[in-house]
Amino acid sequence: MSTVTVAVRSEAKIARRETLRQLLRSKTFIVGVLVVGFWIVCALVGSQIAPHNPQDQSFDPLLRPGGGHFFGTDSLGRDVFSRVLTGASDILKVAPLAMLLGIAGGTVVGLVTGYFRGLVDDVISRIVDAWLALPVIVIAVTVLVALGSSTATLVVVIGVLFTPLVARTVRAAVLAERELEYVQAARLRGERAPYVMFVEILPNIMGPIIVEATVRLGYAIFAVAGLTFLGFGVQPPSPDWALQISDNYNLLNDTANQGNYWTVLFPGAAVASLVVGVNLIADGIQHVLER
Amino acid sequence: MARFVAKRLALSVVTLFILSVIVFAAAQLLPGNVGRNVLGPFADQASVDLLNHQVGADRPVLVQYTAWIWKFVQGDMGQSLQYRVPVWSLLSDSLVNSLKLAAEAFALVVPLSILGGVAAALRQGRLADRAITITGLSLTAIPEFVSAIFLIVAFGVFVKWLPVNAQWPEGTGILGQMKYLLLPSLALVMVLFGYIARMARAGTIEALSADYTRTAYLKGLGTPTVIRRHVLRNALLPTIAVIATQTGYLIGGLLVIEKLFNYNGIGQRIYIAAQNKDVTMLQSGVLLVGIVYLVATFVADLLYSVLNPRIRFGSTE
Repeated sequence: MSTVTVAVRSEAKIARRETLRQLLRSKTFIVGVLVVGFWIVCALVGSQIAPHNPQDQSFDPLLRPGGGHFFGTDSLGRDVFSRVLTGASDILKVAPLAMLLGIAGGTVVGLVTGYFRGLVDDVISRIVDAWLALPVIVIAVTVLVALGSSTATLVVVIGVLFTPLVARTVRAAVLAERELEYVQAARLRGERAPYVMFVEILPNIMGPIIVEATVRLGYAIFAVAGLTFLGFGVQPPSPDWALQISDNYNLLNDTANQGNYWTVLFPGAAVASLVVGVNLIADGIQHVLER
Repeated sequence: MARFVAKRLALSVVTLFILSVIVFAAAQLLPGNVGRNVLGPFADQASVDLLNHQVGADRPVLVQYTAWIWKFVQGDMGQSLQYRVPVWSLLSDSLVNSLKLAAEAFALVVPLSILGGVAAALRQGRLADRAITITGLSLTAIPEFVSAIFLIVAFGVFVKWLPVNAQWPEGTGILGQMKYLLLPSLALVMVLFGYIARMARAGTIEALSADYTRTAYLKGLGTPTVIRRHVLRNALLPTIAVIATQTGYLIGGLLVIEKLFNYNGIGQRIYIAAQNKDVTMLQSGVLLVGIVYLVATFVADLLYSVLNPRIRFGSTE
């Protein structure tokens, strides 16, 4: 290893440390990490700290909040507070996996289309445009009906649907990058295209990819929650928040018992806090990386 | 200008073609056999085969695709497998209902978010700006059915100002319908506000720091005139583009919102068709959604080019 590469390496290390330092100074980032961290802990140990078993149906149904049940009980007599505490586990598995799949696929497609331009680029860009003309959730519903819902199909469907969206961002970054001198130098050295794409260009566009990943995670949670609400996502008897809302929203018509609002309001607040937390993290990272 | 329109139109047709292939392919993925899905597991094989022959599901895929598209272009969307009536007779009512909901949502969100974005930009970096930006960012991130739950609990359950369901009783007048649609519209507004306000804010900030704004001030124009005549005109261009791209999201949002509010719109139709494996309804519904989206973006592009002289008088680009 020559002294030049060593110098470049340590410079990269310093830059990384500087990025981290700025992140820790960002209030939005810290708040986001605290909120998301709280739900991750709940997903991991929620069943141990919850006052009741989230599947226990032995309580009176539709009790108002208070007494032994902070958040009341749902239509099947389950403790809403315990279900809210444990409700993050499925969505926090599915959404990050779907995001990773979309980022991996989108990065490859974006690198190839941005680097080669020409016919490949034209054809794929047209397909991407048509893809973007359809709302993600509409295609997802169609495909999930066709393939049947399971955690694995949910991950694959959302991941594949995100691929063209990620590819668009990556392609734009590659287009700017491919005209720079270091890329030409690598080409003149006789490096093959895959080497130039993955070893030369990829490390230099990690900033936009990381930003895209955090933003996509927010959208993935949004999509999984929406699909679960429609009945095509996480399946019962999971205490998933969107599923709780889907199971109980019809009771809002019941004016006699205050619309049983606690069965949907608390899971709703949980979903809201999680997505807002993820978006605060994304916003913090974006500010630091894109200055 | 004519050249720009022609090129844009041609692109839309190509996109529509690819879209139709995607939709058709997705519908083909539905498991099992069309006749069996409709008639159920206990029907005898002969009637299943007969139904398959009647609806043409026993023909080669390519023939089915061409027949479907050819009829669709002529305005014939075929028979609903579930209801045994023409698809269009059901979709047309739903489409009108969805357009009503979308129109109310847009009528609320466009002025609100432009106002919010411009107000934030004029107070850049101050408390009002931070408040508007962070509120917008958070509202945008929250799934529409969750925002809707908050709205229902607040306005439908606690203060009881607005109905919990969106479907109005027969014979409700236009103002009454708007009242029924207010809660679902507001749920869509909450999601869209952040995007549009962000664009309006960014556009305004850019225009405020541009040379022409400086020139306008130096000419001696008052602040209101400069904002109205020079800043807003330039700032709102990218905003129009973003509003059009949100139609795609809006339609996806309708799927969820219409189910939550029990409203007979196109989202609800697509959802029911998907659940009941009503292939003809599903295909035509989704393609119709794609067409609405493409028309919306096309109109937005035209509007954009009319407002932006750089495109109107530009070369072939």
